[in-house]
Amino acid sequence: MLTAGIFLPLLGALTAGLFGRLLGDRLSQIVTCTAVGLSAVFAVPTFIDVAFFANERTVQIADWISSGSFEAAWALRYDTLSAVMVMTVSCVSFLIHVYAIGYMSHDDSKPRFMAYLSLFTFAMLILVTADNLVQLFFGWEGVGLVSYLLIGFWFRKPSANAAAIKAFIINRVGDFGFLLGIFGIYFLFDSVSYDVIFGSAASYANTEVTFFGIEAQALNIICILLFVGAMGKSAQLFLHTWLPDAMEGPTPVSALIHAATMVTAGVYLVARMSPLFEYAPLALGLVTIIGASTAFFAATVACVQTDIKRVIAYSTCSQLGYMFFACGVSAYSAAIFHLMTHAWFKALLFLGAGSVIHALSDEQDMRRMGGIWARMKITYTVMWIGSLALAGMPFFAGYYSKDIILEAAYGAHSVLGTYAFYMGIAAAFMTAFYSWRLIYMSFHGKARAPAEVMNRLNDGPPIMTIPLVGLALGAIFSGYLGYETFVGDGRFEFWRQTILVLDGNDSIEFAHHLPRSVVAAPFVVSALGILLATYFYILRPDLPRNIAEKFPKLYRFLLRKWYFDEIYDYLFVRSSFWIGRIFWKKGDEGTIDRFGPDGISAAVLNGARRLSSAQSGYLYHYAFAMIIGIALFVSWYVIGRLG
Amino acid sequence: MIVASLAFYLFSFIAVISALNVILQKNPVHSVLWLILCFFNAAGLFVLLGAEFIAMILIVVYVGAVAVLFLFVVMMLDINVTIIREGFLKYLPAGALIGLILLFELVTVIGSWVFSPAAGGLRVAKTPDILITHNTEALGNILYTDYAYLFQAAGLILLVAMVGSIVLTHRRRPGGRKQVISEQVGRRASDTLEVVKVPPGVGLQ
Amino acid sequence: MMDIGLSQYLTVAAILFTLGIFGIFLNRKNLIVILMSIELLLLAVNINLVAFSFFLGDLVGQVFAMLVLTVAAAEAAVGLAIVVVFYRGHQTIEVEDINELRG
Repeated sequence: MLTAGIFLPLLGALTAGLFGRLLGDRLSQIVTCTAVGLSAVFAVPTFIDVAFFANERTVQIADWISSGSFEAAWALRYDTLSAVMVMTVSCVSFLIHVYAIGYMSHDDSKPRFMAYLSLFTFAMLILVTADNLVQLFFGWEGVGLVSYLLIGFWFRKPSANAAAIKAFIINRVGDFGFLLGIFGIYFLFDSVSYDVIFGSAASYANTEVTFFGIEAQALNIICILLFVGAMGKSAQLFLHTWLPDAMEGPTPVSALIHAATMVTAGVYLVARMSPLFEYAPLALGLVTIIGASTAFFAATVACVQTDIKRVIAYSTCSQLGYMFFACGVSAYSAAIFHLMTHAWFKALLFLGAGSVIHALSDEQDMRRMGGIWARMKITYTVMWIGSLALAGMPFFAGYYSKDIILEAAYGAHSVLGTYAFYMGIAAAFMTAFYSWRLIYMSFHGKARAPAEVMNRLNDGPPIMTIPLVGLALGAIFSGYLGYETFVGDGRFEFWRQTILVLDGNDSIEFAHHLPRSVVAAPFVVSALGILLATYFYILRPDLPRNIAEKFPKLYRFLLRKWYFDEIYDYLFVRSSFWIGRIFWKKGDEGTIDRFGPDGISAAVLNGARRLSSAQSGYLYHYAFAMIIGIALFVSWYVIGRLG
Repeated sequence: MIVASLAFYLFSFIAVISALNVILQKNPVHSVLWLILCFFNAAGLFVLLGAEFIAMILIVVYVGAVAVLFLFVVMMLDINVTIIREGFLKYLPAGALIGLILLFELVTVIGSWVFSPAAGGLRVAKTPDILITHNTEALGNILYTDYAYLFQAAGLILLVAMVGSIVLTHRRRPGGRKQVISEQVGRRASDTLEVVKVPPGVGLQ
Repeated sequence: MMDIGLSQYLTVAAILFTLGIFGIFLNRKNLIVILMSIELLLLAVNINLVAFSFFLGDLVGQVFAMLVLTVAAAEAAVGLAIVVVFYRGHQTIEVEDINELRG
């Protein structure tokens, strides 16, 4: 059952992908949704079995690499961490599969889309159930690949292709660091299997290596490199530029990959590697800084974006920052807890936005929306639920997970933790602000869409609204239900060996004993954010424009995403193109072609032309040639004899 | 002996002079005549070498047939005599160089020529004593027996050359009517005859 | 003068051979002279063969010389036929004007 749960999506993907044209649209959709649905169904009892009844196990599938001390096998590792991830991924993926049937109903390549979604699910499941780093990397690359395929799903749009390439390349940069980290781990531990690494992590805590001439603690370097990989995959600061552009893909893609699952692979990696990270304080510090800065940065940019999907994308980026700095202060369980709740309500927000886009005939600019709440009640309600969860309002999922993260940051009692806390608070304020900004701009106010579109408004077919309801339930209850086990007192029996937190680092413990002001702070700032958004967009709708005009530089700075794209273009993209052109023109054409095929063919032509001029047609030339030949023969003979 | 040497030098000297004149004469008819003289002297050399059959054959075939043929052709073609010999000096250096190299090499080889002692045992057709069998008879003895195939092959070569020359120079004269037997034989009655029923009083329409 | 040995005959043949070679390319104006030079070459070869035949006491040389003679006659016939046909087409037998033997 365990293995089936992982491989069923692959089967669905292969069937729909290879035989989609044969099977037809409806059958492909049914096959893929059934496969992922079964996978989700299997995941829940597995989760209960592994997490609550402590029946951890590893299922060996096949041998893969066995080369000296480098051994990697295909194996599915089921412990609490992977069971949580499997359940989250498969359930959310199933709901999105169902939603996609409705959303893509006007598309030509439905089987291809469903196949890609299932393939993604499979790759993600392989990633989280990996028993060694190589299999994890396989899943890592797999999700990156399918992300590329799905972002560029509408491949006839050049912007989609460009976005897909951008995502893949930036992922690659992260993967480079990740690979170096894996090499470092193998170099240090002589193995890439989790059991071996985690078992001997403590003994290597103080090993030092020389890296580019600098003496440094080995685990620090390794963990920093692993984190670079996580930065790329999870769109953290500096490697984040691909995430907003990834919104070129269809909305179910954004929901599944860029909200709930793929981008969380980085968080999963850090949490999984917690036995290593605990011994690498420098790496943890870096994680904290980057995570906190990302949370703040993304929230600022989200406040001024006009594309509904981009707002939610930056929101994802920001929440990922939360998860990372939670890891940075050793609150791994809080990070995973937030990962799970975030999957539900972020996917909900994305799918809700998708319903809005679908209803408004593919309109994504919020400035052309508005006044639709009365006719799209279900969507409106779930958007409110999702936003309440995101903002961390009490009782909703985000309240439990987000607050524990902030409290843990505060409770870490370190400089970086405090930095993270204040960044997180500021981000929470802005999160609430832009979430309600989104709701007000999209659903309230004057209807800015064309009249015929407004007349046809509806919530969408049930196949789209039922997943929304399912996700909404998750957004509401996952936090309350999971609090005790994930981050409460039950967390030690829950997590057991999967997450290591060294004594003295247990920031969650500290988080449970904080003054009331700190505990209440997130709620207060979120409420303030909501009130500010209401003021700006309901009561005084002219105010935003006035402020934007009064501070044009700041506005433009935020709108242009702190000019990261421009900087990267100038620094990296131009140079890469320049280098590529040089290699192409000078190297490939100028050298290899010139001396190789072109050169040889030209030489042959030249030589042949010169030789053919010897056939002049003149009789006496030929006679002369014969005589010269005779003379040569005789000379050869004579010299041979004399010599 | 002295007569033999004198004869040799006489014959060879005149042969060389004739050969020189063959290539240096302006008038091609003169060249042919000098060629004939050269052949005669070569025949003389052959007689000195005891190959009188070859010598006579040389005169009969070379002079009587080949050189006469040359004369025929030379006189048949209307050759412009005056413009001959232009450009002679242009190619002299290169040509002279090659020729002299060749000569030098040949003489070198000749000068260092030594018969190996075993050469005598390698003889294929031992020359019989000239007082017993004269040259012609000796040649006849081996030519029609041991070398009959070569003899026949030589005949074939001559046949081919004859056919070749005729084919090359054969001209079809316009206006002549020749029989093409294969066409005659292959003609069918239906190509030429047509039986028509002629109604009386109407005639052939 | 001295004893007439093989070398003398061979020298004569060599000189005739060289003169034949000269004749082939020193003359540019008359195709027939080329054919005559070829005859000279063959004559020189014949002298060589017969001389060897005499000094080795082997009649094979003379047999071969006869065959060479045959071939020379045949070749002269065919060569002259070609000259005649060529003249028919081009009205000239200047060597320098013969330039159509090419691909």
